[in-house]
Amino acid sequence: MTALLEARPATRTTPVAIRPQRTRRALDALLTGVGKSVAIVALLVVWEAAPRLGLVDATFLPSFSTVLGAWWDLLVSGQLLENTQASLARSLAGFGLAVAGAVPLGLLIGWYKPVATVLGPLLEVFRNTAALALLPVFVLLLGIGETSKIAIVFYACTWPILLNTISAVGGVDPTLLRLAKSMNLGGFRLFQKVILPAAVPTVFTGIRLAGAVSILVLVAAEMIGAKAGLGYLINASQYNFAIPQMYAGIITISAIGVLFNQVLVSVERRFTSWRVPVGA
Amino acid sequence: MSPHISFRGVTKRFPVKGTEFTAVDGIDLDVARGEFLVLVGPSGCGKSTLLDLLGGLTSASEGEILLDDVPITGPGLDRGIVFQQYALLPWRTAQGNVEFGLEATGVPRRQRAERAREFLNLVGLTGFEDRHPHQLSGGMRQRVAIARSLAYDPAVLLMDEPFAALDAQTRESLQDELVRIWQRTGKTIVFITHAIDEAVLLGQRVAVLTSRPGRVKEVVPIDLGDRRGTGDPRSSPEFARYRHRIWDLLHDEVTRAQQLEKEVVGR
Ligand SMILES: Nc1ncnc2c1ncn2[C@@H]1O[C@H](COP(=O)(O)OP(=O)(O)OP(=O)(O)O)[C@@H](O)[C@H]1O
Ligand SMILES: [Mg+2]
Repeated sequence: MTALLEARPATRTTPVAIRPQRTRRALDALLTGVGKSVAIVALLVVWEAAPRLGLVDATFLPSFSTVLGAWWDLLVSGQLLENTQASLARSLAGFGLAVAGAVPLGLLIGWYKPVATVLGPLLEVFRNTAALALLPVFVLLLGIGETSKIAIVFYACTWPILLNTISAVGGVDPTLLRLAKSMNLGGFRLFQKVILPAAVPTVFTGIRLAGAVSILVLVAAEMIGAKAGLGYLINASQYNFAIPQMYAGIITISAIGVLFNQVLVSVERRFTSWRVPVGA
Repeated sequence: MSPHISFRGVTKRFPVKGTEFTAVDGIDLDVARGEFLVLVGPSGCGKSTLLDLLGGLTSASEGEILLDDVPITGPGLDRGIVFQQYALLPWRTAQGNVEFGLEATGVPRRQRAERAREFLNLVGLTGFEDRHPHQLSGGMRQRVAIARSLAYDPAVLLMDEPFAALDAQTRESLQDELVRIWQRTGKTIVFITHAIDEAVLLGQRVAVLTSRPGRVKEVVPIDLGDRRGTGDPRSSPEFARYRHRIWDLLHDEVTRAQQLEKEVVGR
Protein backbone atom coordinates (compact mmCIF):
# COMPACT_ATOMS: atom_id res chain seq x y z
CA MET A 1 0.00 0.00 0.00
CA THR A 2 2.68 2.43 1.02
CA ALA A 3 4.80 1.46 -1.92
CA LEU A 4 1.90 2.19 -4.25
CA LEU A 5 1.27 5.59 -2.74
CA GLU A 6 4.87 6.58 -2.87
CA ALA A 7 5.24 5.37 -6.38
CA ARG A 8 2.39 7.46 -7.73
CA PRO A 9 4.21 10.81 -8.12
CA ALA A 10 7.08 9.05 -9.84
CA THR A 11 4.87 7.76 -12.63
CA ARG A 12 3.99 11.32 -13.51
CA THR A 13 7.61 12.36 -14.03
CA THR A 14 9.87 11.37 -16.89
CA PRO A 15 9.95 7.74 -18.08
CA VAL A 16 13.59 7.50 -17.08
CA ALA A 17 12.61 7.79 -13.44
CA ILE A 18 10.25 4.84 -13.71
CA ARG A 19 12.79 2.18 -14.52
CA PRO A 20 14.90 2.29 -11.35
CA GLN A 21 11.67 2.55 -9.34
CA ARG A 22 10.31 -0.59 -10.96
CA THR A 23 13.51 -2.56 -10.57
CA ARG A 24 13.65 -1.52 -6.97
CA ARG A 25 10.11 -2.64 -6.37
CA ALA A 26 10.78 -6.01 -7.98
CA LEU A 27 13.90 -6.36 -5.87
CA ASP A 28 11.93 -5.42 -2.75
CA ALA A 29 9.31 -8.05 -3.56
CA LEU A 30 11.99 -10.64 -4.11
CA LEU A 31 13.68 -9.80 -0.83
CA THR A 32 10.40 -10.02 1.09
CA GLY A 33 9.73 -13.34 -0.61
CA VAL A 34 13.12 -14.66 0.45
CA GLY A 35 12.68 -13.26 3.94
CA LYS A 36 9.31 -14.91 4.33
CA SER A 37 10.41 -18.35 3.14
CA VAL A 38 13.75 -18.51 4.92
CA ALA A 39 12.36 -20.02 8.13
CA ILE A 40 10.33 -22.64 6.25
CA VAL A 41 13.32 -23.61 4.15
CA ALA A 42 15.44 -23.90 7.29
CA LEU A 43 12.85 -26.18 8.89
CA LEU A 44 12.78 -28.42 5.82
CA VAL A 45 16.58 -28.57 5.73
CA VAL A 46 16.72 -29.63 9.38
CA TRP A 47 13.93 -32.15 8.76
CA GLU A 48 15.89 -33.62 5.83
CA ALA A 49 19.23 -33.66 7.62
CA ALA A 50 18.32 -34.84 11.11
CA PRO A 51 17.16 -38.40 10.18
CA ARG A 52 19.98 -38.77 7.65
CA LEU A 53 22.59 -37.80 10.20
CA GLY A 54 21.05 -40.18 12.68
CA LEU A 55 20.10 -37.38 15.08
CA VAL A 56 16.59 -38.78 15.27
CA ASP A 57 15.22 -42.24 14.58
CA ALA A 58 14.33 -42.34 10.88
CA THR A 59 11.53 -44.81 11.62
CA PHE A 60 9.61 -42.23 13.63
CA LEU A 61 10.68 -39.19 11.69
CA PRO A 62 11.54 -40.10 8.12
CA SER A 63 13.43 -37.51 6.12
CA PHE A 64 11.45 -34.86 4.26
CA SER A 65 12.28 -36.40 0.87
CA THR A 66 10.92 -39.78 1.99
CA VAL A 67 7.71 -38.11 3.14
CA LEU A 68 7.51 -36.25 -0.15
CA GLY A 69 7.86 -39.57 -1.98
CA ALA A 70 5.06 -41.07 0.09
CA TRP A 71 2.98 -37.99 -0.60
CA TRP A 72 3.51 -38.42 -4.32
CA ASP A 73 2.49 -42.08 -4.17
CA LEU A 74 -0.67 -41.16 -2.29
CA LEU A 75 -1.42 -38.53 -4.89
CA VAL A 76 -0.91 -40.89 -7.82
CA SER A 77 -3.00 -43.63 -6.24
CA GLY A 78 -5.85 -41.15 -5.80
CA GLN A 79 -6.07 -41.74 -2.05
CA LEU A 80 -4.91 -38.27 -1.19
CA LEU A 81 -7.47 -36.61 -3.43
CA GLU A 82 -10.27 -38.75 -2.11
CA ASN A 83 -9.48 -38.03 1.52
CA THR A 84 -8.83 -34.35 0.92
CA GLN A 85 -12.15 -34.06 -0.86
CA ALA A 86 -13.95 -35.71 2.01
CA SER A 87 -12.33 -33.37 4.52
CA LEU A 88 -12.81 -30.21 2.51
CA ALA A 89 -16.45 -31.00 1.83
CA ARG A 90 -17.10 -31.38 5.55
CA SER A 91 -15.17 -28.40 6.77
CA LEU A 92 -16.44 -26.08 4.03
CA ALA A 93 -20.01 -27.19 4.67
CA GLY A 94 -19.71 -26.59 8.41
CA PHE A 95 -17.82 -23.34 7.94
CA GLY A 96 -20.22 -22.05 5.28
CA LEU A 97 -23.25 -22.83 7.39
CA ALA A 98 -21.64 -21.11 10.36
CA VAL A 99 -20.93 -17.95 8.32
CA ALA A 100 -24.43 -17.96 6.87
CA GLY A 101 -26.00 -18.42 10.28
CA ALA A 102 -23.77 -16.62 12.75
CA VAL A 103 -23.23 -13.34 10.88
CA PRO A 104 -26.93 -12.43 10.60
CA LEU A 105 -27.60 -13.71 14.11
CA GLY A 106 -24.67 -11.71 15.50
CA LEU A 107 -25.86 -8.56 13.74
CA LEU A 108 -29.29 -9.04 15.23
CA ILE A 109 -28.05 -9.72 18.74
CA GLY A 110 -25.59 -6.82 18.58
CA TRP A 111 -28.25 -4.46 17.28
CA TYR A 112 -30.69 -5.21 20.09
CA LYS A 113 -28.61 -4.27 23.14
CA PRO A 114 -30.92 -5.94 25.70
CA VAL A 115 -30.67 -9.24 23.82
CA ALA A 116 -26.87 -8.96 23.87
CA THR A 117 -26.91 -8.34 27.62
CA VAL A 118 -29.15 -11.32 28.30
CA LEU A 119 -27.34 -13.73 25.99
CA GLY A 120 -23.81 -12.53 26.80
CA PRO A 121 -23.06 -14.89 29.74
CA LEU A 122 -24.55 -17.84 27.88
CA LEU A 123 -22.40 -17.17 24.83
CA GLU A 124 -19.38 -16.87 27.08
CA VAL A 125 -20.05 -20.33 28.52
CA PHE A 126 -20.46 -21.92 25.10
CA ARG A 127 -17.40 -20.22 23.73
CA ASN A 128 -15.27 -21.51 26.55
CA THR A 129 -16.54 -25.07 26.23
CA ALA A 130 -14.05 -26.80 23.96
CA ALA A 131 -15.94 -28.00 20.92
CA LEU A 132 -14.09 -31.30 20.96
CA ALA A 133 -15.29 -32.00 24.48
CA LEU A 134 -18.75 -32.08 22.98
CA LEU A 135 -17.81 -34.46 20.18
CA PRO A 136 -19.16 -37.53 22.03
CA VAL A 137 -22.45 -35.71 22.49
CA PHE A 138 -22.64 -34.99 18.77
CA VAL A 139 -21.84 -38.59 17.92
CA LEU A 140 -24.47 -39.75 20.40
CA LEU A 141 -27.14 -37.53 18.93
CA LEU A 142 -26.25 -37.55 15.24
CA GLY A 143 -24.39 -40.81 14.78
CA ILE A 144 -20.96 -41.33 13.36
CA GLY A 145 -21.68 -40.21 9.78
CA GLU A 146 -21.28 -36.94 7.92
CA THR A 147 -23.97 -35.10 9.88
CA SER A 148 -22.17 -35.19 13.18
CA LYS A 149 -18.88 -34.07 11.59
CA ILE A 150 -20.41 -31.16 9.73
CA ALA A 151 -22.36 -30.31 12.86
CA ILE A 152 -19.30 -30.16 15.08
CA VAL A 153 -17.45 -27.95 12.58
CA PHE A 154 -20.51 -25.75 12.33
CA TYR A 155 -20.74 -25.55 16.10
CA ALA A 156 -17.06 -24.72 16.59
CA CYS A 157 -17.04 -22.11 13.79
CA THR A 158 -20.17 -20.39 15.06
CA TRP A 159 -18.68 -18.95 18.25
CA PRO A 160 -15.79 -16.88 16.93
CA ILE A 161 -18.00 -15.47 14.17
CA LEU A 162 -20.94 -14.80 16.44
CA LEU A 163 -18.94 -13.13 19.21
CA ASN A 164 -16.91 -11.00 16.82
CA THR A 165 -20.01 -9.90 14.95
CA ILE A 166 -21.77 -8.92 18.16
CA SER A 167 -18.82 -6.88 19.37
CA ALA A 168 -18.42 -5.37 15.88
CA VAL A 169 -21.92 -3.94 16.04
CA GLY A 170 -21.38 -2.69 19.58
CA GLY A 171 -18.04 -1.15 18.65
CA VAL A 172 -19.23 1.21 15.93
CA ASP A 173 -17.72 4.69 16.44
CA PRO A 174 -20.27 6.65 18.52
CA THR A 175 -19.57 9.87 16.57
CA LEU A 176 -20.73 8.12 13.42
CA LEU A 177 -23.93 7.16 15.21
CA ARG A 178 -24.38 10.76 16.32
CA LEU A 179 -23.79 11.91 12.77
CA ALA A 180 -26.42 9.49 11.48
CA LYS A 181 -28.82 10.60 14.18
CA SER A 182 -28.27 14.26 13.34
CA MET A 183 -29.24 13.43 9.76
CA ASN A 184 -32.38 11.66 10.90
CA LEU A 185 -31.04 8.38 9.63
CA GLY A 186 -32.59 5.51 11.52
CA GLY A 187 -33.71 1.93 11.38
CA PHE A 188 -32.76 -0.06 8.35
CA ARG A 189 -30.88 2.74 6.57
CA LEU A 190 -28.70 3.39 9.61
CA PHE A 191 -27.96 -0.31 9.69
CA GLN A 192 -27.21 -0.56 5.99
CA LYS A 193 -25.20 2.63 5.58
CA VAL A 194 -23.31 2.88 8.86
CA ILE A 195 -23.39 -0.16 11.11
CA LEU A 196 -22.89 -2.87 8.53
CA PRO A 197 -19.88 -1.35 6.74
CA ALA A 198 -18.32 -0.32 10.05
CA ALA A 199 -18.67 -3.88 11.35
CA VAL A 200 -17.09 -5.62 8.35
CA PRO A 201 -13.45 -5.68 9.55
CA THR A 202 -14.25 -7.16 12.96
CA VAL A 203 -16.65 -9.67 11.43
CA PHE A 204 -13.86 -10.79 9.12
CA THR A 205 -11.53 -11.33 12.04
CA GLY A 206 -14.10 -13.79 13.36
CA ILE A 207 -14.45 -15.47 10.00
CA ARG A 208 -10.71 -15.96 9.73
CA LEU A 209 -10.56 -17.46 13.21
CA ALA A 210 -13.40 -19.77 12.24
CA GLY A 211 -11.50 -20.84 9.12
CA ALA A 212 -8.62 -22.11 11.25
CA VAL A 213 -11.02 -23.71 13.72
CA SER A 214 -12.91 -25.54 10.97
CA ILE A 215 -9.83 -27.51 9.95
CA LEU A 216 -8.58 -28.07 13.47
CA VAL A 217 -11.84 -29.51 14.75
CA LEU A 218 -12.56 -31.54 11.66
CA VAL A 219 -9.24 -33.37 11.69
CA ALA A 220 -9.71 -34.27 15.32
CA ALA A 221 -13.25 -35.47 14.62
CA GLU A 222 -12.05 -37.58 11.71
CA MET A 223 -9.47 -39.24 13.89
CA ILE A 224 -12.13 -40.50 16.24
CA GLY A 225 -14.58 -42.06 13.85
CA ALA A 226 -14.43 -41.86 10.09
CA LYS A 227 -13.85 -43.94 6.99
CA ALA A 228 -12.40 -41.12 4.91
CA GLY A 229 -10.77 -37.73 5.37
CA LEU A 230 -7.30 -36.49 6.13
CA GLY A 231 -7.70 -37.02 9.84
CA TYR A 232 -8.66 -40.59 9.09
CA LEU A 233 -5.68 -40.96 6.73
CA ILE A 234 -3.25 -39.75 9.37
CA ASN A 235 -4.70 -41.91 12.07
CA ALA A 236 -4.97 -45.01 9.90
CA SER A 237 -1.40 -44.58 8.64
CA GLN A 238 -0.11 -44.38 12.17
CA TYR A 239 -2.15 -47.45 13.09
CA ASN A 240 -0.67 -49.38 10.16
CA PHE A 241 2.77 -48.05 10.90
CA ALA A 242 2.92 -46.29 7.53
CA ILE A 243 4.87 -43.42 9.04
CA PRO A 244 5.84 -41.52 5.86
CA GLN A 245 2.16 -41.57 4.78
CA MET A 246 1.20 -40.20 8.16
CA TYR A 247 3.55 -37.25 7.73
CA ALA A 248 2.32 -36.79 4.18
CA GLY A 249 -1.20 -36.40 5.58
CA ILE A 250 0.04 -33.92 8.16
CA ILE A 251 1.79 -31.64 5.68
CA THR A 252 -1.27 -31.74 3.43
CA ILE A 253 -3.36 -30.46 6.31
CA SER A 254 -0.89 -27.68 7.08
CA ALA A 255 -0.87 -26.67 3.44
CA ILE A 256 -4.66 -26.60 3.30
CA GLY A 257 -4.78 -24.57 6.51
CA VAL A 258 -2.34 -22.00 5.18
CA LEU A 259 -4.09 -21.83 1.82
CA PHE A 260 -7.51 -21.43 3.37
CA ASN A 261 -6.28 -18.62 5.59
CA GLN A 262 -4.65 -16.95 2.59
CA VAL A 263 -7.91 -17.08 0.64
CA LEU A 264 -9.80 -15.57 3.56
CA VAL A 265 -7.18 -12.84 3.99
CA SER A 266 -7.43 -11.82 0.35
CA VAL A 267 -11.24 -11.78 0.50
CA GLU A 268 -10.95 -9.62 3.62
CA ARG A 269 -8.57 -7.25 1.83
CA ARG A 270 -11.05 -6.78 -0.98
CA PHE A 271 -13.80 -5.87 1.43
CA THR A 272 -11.74 -3.60 3.65
CA SER A 273 -9.39 -1.90 1.21
CA TRP A 274 -10.39 1.46 2.74
CA ARG A 275 -8.68 0.63 6.03
CA VAL A 276 -5.54 2.34 7.16
CA PRO A 277 -2.75 0.07 5.97
CA VAL A 278 -1.18 -1.60 8.97
CA GLY A 279 2.34 -0.38 9.70
CA ALA A 280 2.02 2.64 7.40
CA MET B 1 -38.46 40.05 11.82
CA SER B 2 -38.48 37.15 14.25
CA PRO B 3 -35.15 35.55 15.07
CA HIS B 4 -34.05 32.45 13.21
CA ILE B 5 -33.13 30.60 16.38
CA SER B 6 -34.43 31.47 19.81
CA PHE B 7 -33.34 29.90 23.10
CA ARG B 8 -36.00 30.48 25.75
CA GLY B 9 -35.04 29.66 29.32
CA VAL B 10 -33.22 26.52 28.21
CA THR B 11 -32.04 24.35 31.08
CA LYS B 12 -30.47 20.92 30.77
CA ARG B 13 -29.90 18.58 33.69
CA PHE B 14 -28.24 15.20 33.59
CA PRO B 15 -28.99 12.50 36.14
CA VAL B 16 -25.75 11.67 37.91
CA LYS B 17 -25.51 9.09 40.71
CA GLY B 18 -29.02 9.57 41.99
CA THR B 19 -28.86 13.38 41.95
CA GLU B 20 -29.09 15.82 39.09
CA PHE B 21 -26.34 17.81 37.49
CA THR B 22 -27.22 21.11 35.84
CA ALA B 23 -25.12 21.54 32.71
CA VAL B 24 -26.76 24.67 31.30
CA ASP B 25 -29.12 26.91 33.16
CA GLY B 26 -31.75 29.31 31.84
CA ILE B 27 -30.20 30.23 28.51
CA ASP B 28 -31.95 33.07 26.68
CA LEU B 29 -30.42 33.90 23.33
CA ASP B 30 -31.61 34.92 19.89
CA VAL B 31 -29.77 34.30 16.63
CA ALA B 32 -30.78 36.26 13.54
CA ARG B 33 -31.13 34.72 10.10
CA GLY B 34 -27.78 34.59 8.37
CA GLU B 35 -25.91 35.55 11.53
CA PHE B 36 -22.54 34.13 12.54
CA LEU B 37 -22.77 33.56 16.28
CA VAL B 38 -19.87 32.24 18.32
CA LEU B 39 -20.19 30.61 21.74
CA VAL B 40 -17.15 30.69 24.01
CA GLY B 41 -16.83 29.45 27.54
CA PRO B 42 -14.56 27.49 29.84
CA SER B 43 -14.29 23.75 29.42
CA GLY B 44 -17.28 21.86 30.72
CA CYS B 45 -19.62 24.85 30.78
CA GLY B 46 -22.13 23.16 28.53
CA LYS B 47 -21.26 24.38 25.04
CA SER B 48 -21.55 20.97 23.43
CA THR B 49 -24.72 20.36 25.38
CA LEU B 50 -26.24 23.50 23.88
CA LEU B 51 -25.29 22.38 20.42
CA ASP B 52 -26.75 18.92 21.00
CA LEU B 53 -29.98 20.57 22.09
CA LEU B 54 -29.98 22.73 18.99
CA GLY B 55 -29.26 19.72 16.82
CA GLY B 56 -32.11 17.83 18.45
CA LEU B 57 -29.80 15.07 19.70
CA THR B 58 -31.03 15.64 23.27
CA SER B 59 -34.02 17.45 24.68
CA ALA B 60 -34.13 20.30 27.19
CA SER B 61 -35.19 19.73 30.79
CA GLU B 62 -36.83 23.14 30.86
CA GLY B 63 -37.53 25.82 28.30
CA GLU B 64 -37.48 25.44 24.57
CA ILE B 65 -35.54 26.26 21.46
CA LEU B 66 -37.46 27.73 18.54
CA LEU B 67 -36.30 27.39 14.99
CA ASP B 68 -38.35 29.64 12.72
CA ASP B 69 -40.84 29.94 15.60
CA VAL B 70 -41.30 26.15 15.80
CA PRO B 71 -39.97 24.30 18.88
CA ILE B 72 -37.21 21.82 18.10
CA THR B 73 -38.26 18.29 19.00
CA GLY B 74 -35.64 16.19 17.25
CA PRO B 75 -32.90 16.12 14.67
CA GLY B 76 -33.58 17.39 11.20
CA LEU B 77 -31.88 18.11 7.92
CA ASP B 78 -32.60 21.82 8.33
CA ARG B 79 -29.56 21.78 10.65
CA GLY B 80 -26.14 20.45 9.71
CA ILE B 81 -23.60 19.53 12.38
CA VAL B 82 -19.84 19.66 11.90
CA PHE B 83 -18.23 17.58 14.63
CA GLN B 84 -14.82 18.15 16.16
CA GLN B 85 -13.79 14.57 15.37
CA TYR B 86 -14.80 14.98 11.69
CA ALA B 87 -17.10 11.95 11.86
CA LEU B 88 -16.23 10.81 8.34
CA LEU B 89 -17.17 7.32 7.21
CA PRO B 90 -13.73 5.72 6.78
CA TRP B 91 -14.95 3.24 4.12
CA ARG B 92 -16.17 6.01 1.86
CA THR B 93 -14.13 8.36 -0.29
CA ALA B 94 -14.33 12.14 0.12
CA GLN B 95 -16.93 12.12 -2.63
CA GLY B 96 -18.85 9.28 -0.97
CA ASN B 97 -18.86 11.07 2.36
CA VAL B 98 -20.38 14.20 0.86
CA GLU B 99 -22.92 12.06 -0.97
CA PHE B 100 -23.85 10.43 2.33
CA GLY B 101 -25.66 13.60 3.43
CA LEU B 102 -27.38 13.84 0.07
CA GLU B 103 -28.60 10.25 0.30
CA ALA B 104 -30.25 11.12 3.60
CA THR B 105 -32.14 13.99 1.97
CA GLY B 106 -33.24 11.86 -0.95
CA VAL B 107 -31.44 13.73 -3.71
CA PRO B 108 -31.62 11.60 -6.89
CA ARG B 109 -28.50 9.53 -7.56
CA ARG B 110 -27.51 11.35 -10.72
CA GLN B 111 -27.53 14.76 -9.04
CA ARG B 112 -25.66 13.53 -5.97
CA ALA B 113 -22.33 13.03 -7.69
CA GLU B 114 -22.50 16.43 -9.29
CA ARG B 115 -23.55 18.22 -6.11
CA ALA B 116 -20.82 16.46 -4.12
CA ARG B 117 -18.15 17.52 -6.61
CA GLU B 118 -19.46 21.06 -6.56
CA PHE B 119 -19.21 21.30 -2.77
CA LEU B 120 -15.84 19.63 -2.61
CA ASN B 121 -14.75 22.28 -5.04
CA LEU B 122 -16.23 24.95 -2.76
CA VAL B 123 -13.98 23.80 0.10
CA GLY B 124 -10.98 23.54 -2.22
CA LEU B 125 -10.76 19.76 -2.52
CA THR B 126 -11.05 19.31 -6.27
CA GLY B 127 -8.78 16.44 -7.24
CA PHE B 128 -9.19 14.65 -3.90
CA GLU B 129 -12.64 13.19 -4.55
CA ASP B 130 -11.42 9.59 -4.64
CA ARG B 131 -9.29 9.70 -1.51
CA HIS B 132 -10.35 7.86 1.60
CA PRO B 133 -10.25 9.75 4.92
CA HIS B 134 -7.02 8.08 6.03
CA GLN B 135 -5.34 9.43 2.90
CA LEU B 136 -6.29 13.02 3.79
CA SER B 137 -4.76 15.46 6.26
CA GLY B 138 -6.71 16.64 9.30
CA GLY B 139 -7.55 19.93 7.61
CA MET B 140 -8.74 18.16 4.48
CA ARG B 141 -10.90 15.82 6.52
CA GLN B 142 -12.61 18.72 8.21
CA ARG B 143 -13.14 20.34 4.80
CA VAL B 144 -14.88 17.18 3.65
CA ALA B 145 -17.06 17.27 6.75
CA ILE B 146 -17.92 20.92 6.07
CA ALA B 147 -18.70 20.14 2.44
CA ARG B 148 -20.93 17.28 3.57
CA SER B 149 -22.90 19.54 5.89
CA LEU B 150 -23.24 22.27 3.30
CA ALA B 151 -24.20 19.97 0.42
CA TYR B 152 -27.61 19.04 1.74
CA ASP B 153 -28.32 22.72 2.20
CA PRO B 154 -29.38 23.10 5.84
CA ALA B 155 -30.51 26.55 6.91
CA VAL B 156 -28.31 26.39 10.01
CA LEU B 157 -24.76 25.14 10.39
CA LEU B 158 -23.74 23.96 13.87
CA MET B 159 -20.02 23.67 14.46
CA ASP B 160 -18.50 22.26 17.66
CA GLU B 161 -14.83 23.24 17.87
CA PRO B 162 -14.30 22.08 14.30
CA PHE B 163 -10.77 23.45 14.05
CA ALA B 164 -9.51 22.58 17.53
CA ALA B 165 -7.46 19.59 16.40
CA LEU B 166 -5.69 21.41 13.58
CA ASP B 167 -2.33 23.14 13.49
CA ALA B 168 -2.22 26.95 13.52
CA GLN B 169 -1.68 27.50 9.80
CA THR B 170 -4.36 25.07 8.71
CA ARG B 171 -6.72 26.54 11.25
CA GLU B 172 -6.20 30.08 9.96
CA SER B 173 -6.76 29.12 6.36
CA LEU B 174 -9.91 27.19 7.25
CA GLN B 175 -11.18 30.14 9.30
CA ASP B 176 -10.76 32.45 6.31
CA GLU B 177 -12.43 29.89 4.10
CA LEU B 178 -15.36 29.50 6.46
CA VAL B 179 -15.97 33.25 6.47
CA ARG B 180 -15.88 33.20 2.67
CA ILE B 181 -18.33 30.29 2.51
CA TRP B 182 -20.61 31.94 5.05
CA GLN B 183 -20.66 35.14 3.00
CA ARG B 184 -21.41 33.19 -0.16
CA THR B 185 -24.09 30.90 1.19
CA GLY B 186 -25.76 33.17 3.75
CA LYS B 187 -26.19 30.33 6.27
CA THR B 188 -26.89 30.96 9.92
CA ILE B 189 -23.86 29.60 11.77
CA VAL B 190 -23.56 28.72 15.45
CA PHE B 191 -19.90 28.09 16.15
CA ILE B 192 -18.34 26.82 19.36
CA THR B 193 -14.75 27.45 20.29
CA HIS B 194 -12.27 27.63 23.13
CA ALA B 195 -10.05 30.04 21.25
CA ILE B 196 -10.62 33.75 21.76
CA ASP B 197 -8.87 34.73 18.52
CA GLU B 198 -11.11 32.43 16.59
CA ALA B 199 -14.21 33.82 18.29
CA VAL B 200 -13.31 37.43 17.49
CA LEU B 201 -12.29 36.67 13.94
CA LEU B 202 -15.37 34.67 12.99
CA GLY B 203 -18.24 35.97 15.06
CA GLN B 204 -20.56 38.85 14.36
CA ARG B 205 -21.49 38.38 17.97
CA VAL B 206 -19.68 36.38 20.63
CA ALA B 207 -21.70 34.92 23.48
CA VAL B 208 -19.53 34.33 26.54
CA LEU B 209 -20.83 31.61 28.84
CA THR B 210 -20.20 31.27 32.56
CA SER B 211 -18.58 28.17 34.01
CA ARG B 212 -20.79 25.46 35.47
CA PRO B 213 -23.67 25.72 35.17
CA GLY B 214 -23.52 27.46 31.81
CA ARG B 215 -25.36 30.75 31.60
CA VAL B 216 -24.96 33.59 29.12
CA LYS B 217 -22.61 36.05 30.81
CA GLU B 218 -22.47 38.61 28.07
CA VAL B 219 -22.98 38.89 24.33
CA VAL B 220 -20.27 40.97 22.65
CA PRO B 221 -21.01 42.38 19.20
CA ILE B 222 -17.93 42.40 16.99
CA ASP B 223 -17.31 44.92 14.26
CA LEU B 224 -14.06 44.56 12.41
CA GLY B 225 -15.17 46.61 9.42
CA ASP B 226 -15.39 45.09 5.98
CA ARG B 227 -14.17 41.52 6.26
CA ARG B 228 -13.62 41.24 2.54
CA GLY B 229 -10.97 43.90 2.74
CA THR B 230 -7.37 43.01 2.20
CA GLY B 231 -4.91 42.67 5.04
CA ASP B 232 -5.06 40.36 8.01
CA PRO B 233 -7.81 41.45 10.42
CA ARG B 234 -5.97 39.57 13.16
CA SER B 235 -3.37 42.33 13.34
CA SER B 236 -5.73 45.33 13.60
CA PRO B 237 -6.01 47.33 16.84
CA GLU B 238 -9.79 46.68 17.09
CA PHE B 239 -9.09 42.99 16.97
CA ALA B 240 -6.75 43.31 19.94
CA ARG B 241 -9.37 45.32 21.83
CA TYR B 242 -12.11 42.74 21.32
CA ARG B 243 -9.68 40.04 22.13
CA HIS B 244 -8.83 41.64 25.42
CA ARG B 245 -12.48 42.29 26.26
CA ILE B 246 -13.44 38.64 25.83
CA TRP B 247 -10.30 37.49 27.59
CA ASP B 248 -11.36 39.57 30.62
CA LEU B 249 -14.84 38.08 30.59
CA LEU B 250 -13.52 34.56 30.28
CA HIS B 251 -10.69 34.88 32.74
CA ASP B 252 -12.91 35.06 35.84
CA GLU B 253 -14.91 32.12 34.59
CA VAL B 254 -11.89 29.96 33.94
CA THR B 255 -10.58 30.68 37.44
CA ARG B 256 -13.98 29.83 38.87
CA ALA B 257 -14.15 26.63 36.83
CA GLN B 258 -10.78 25.54 38.18
CA GLN B 259 -11.93 26.32 41.70
CA LEU B 260 -15.01 24.17 41.15
CA GLU B 261 -12.92 21.33 39.81
CA LYS B 262 -10.64 21.43 42.84
CA GLU B 263 -13.66 21.29 45.13
CA VAL B 264 -14.97 18.24 43.31
CA VAL B 265 -11.62 16.50 43.54
CA GLY B 266 -11.20 17.45 47.20
CA ARG B 267 -14.54 15.98 48.14
N1 LIG C 1 -24.57 12.58 29.13
C1 LIG C 1 -24.12 13.25 30.19
N2 LIG C 1 -24.34 12.77 31.44
C2 LIG C 1 -23.89 13.45 32.51
N3 LIG C 1 -23.22 14.60 32.46
C3 LIG C 1 -22.96 15.13 31.26
C4 LIG C 1 -23.38 14.48 30.05
N4 LIG C 1 -23.00 15.22 29.00
C5 LIG C 1 -22.34 16.27 29.52
N5 LIG C 1 -22.33 16.23 30.87
C6 LIG C 1 -21.74 17.21 31.77
O1 LIG C 1 -22.24 18.47 31.41
C7 LIG C 1 -21.23 19.44 31.46
C8 LIG C 1 -21.15 20.19 30.15
O2 LIG C 1 -20.65 19.29 29.15
P1 LIG C 1 -20.31 19.80 27.70
O3 LIG C 1 -19.77 18.65 26.95
O4 LIG C 1 -21.50 20.47 27.13
O5 LIG C 1 -19.17 20.87 27.99
P2 LIG C 1 -18.35 21.75 26.96
O6 LIG C 1 -18.60 23.17 27.30
O7 LIG C 1 -18.65 21.33 25.58
O8 LIG C 1 -16.88 21.37 27.35
P3 LIG C 1 -15.59 21.31 26.42
O9 LIG C 1 -15.22 22.70 26.13
O10 LIG C 1 -14.57 20.64 27.29
O11 LIG C 1 -15.96 20.51 25.22
C9 LIG C 1 -19.94 18.74 31.82
O12 LIG C 1 -19.63 19.00 33.16
C10 LIG C 1 -20.24 17.28 31.62
O13 LIG C 1 -19.60 16.52 32.58
MG1 LIG D 1 -17.51 20.33 24.01
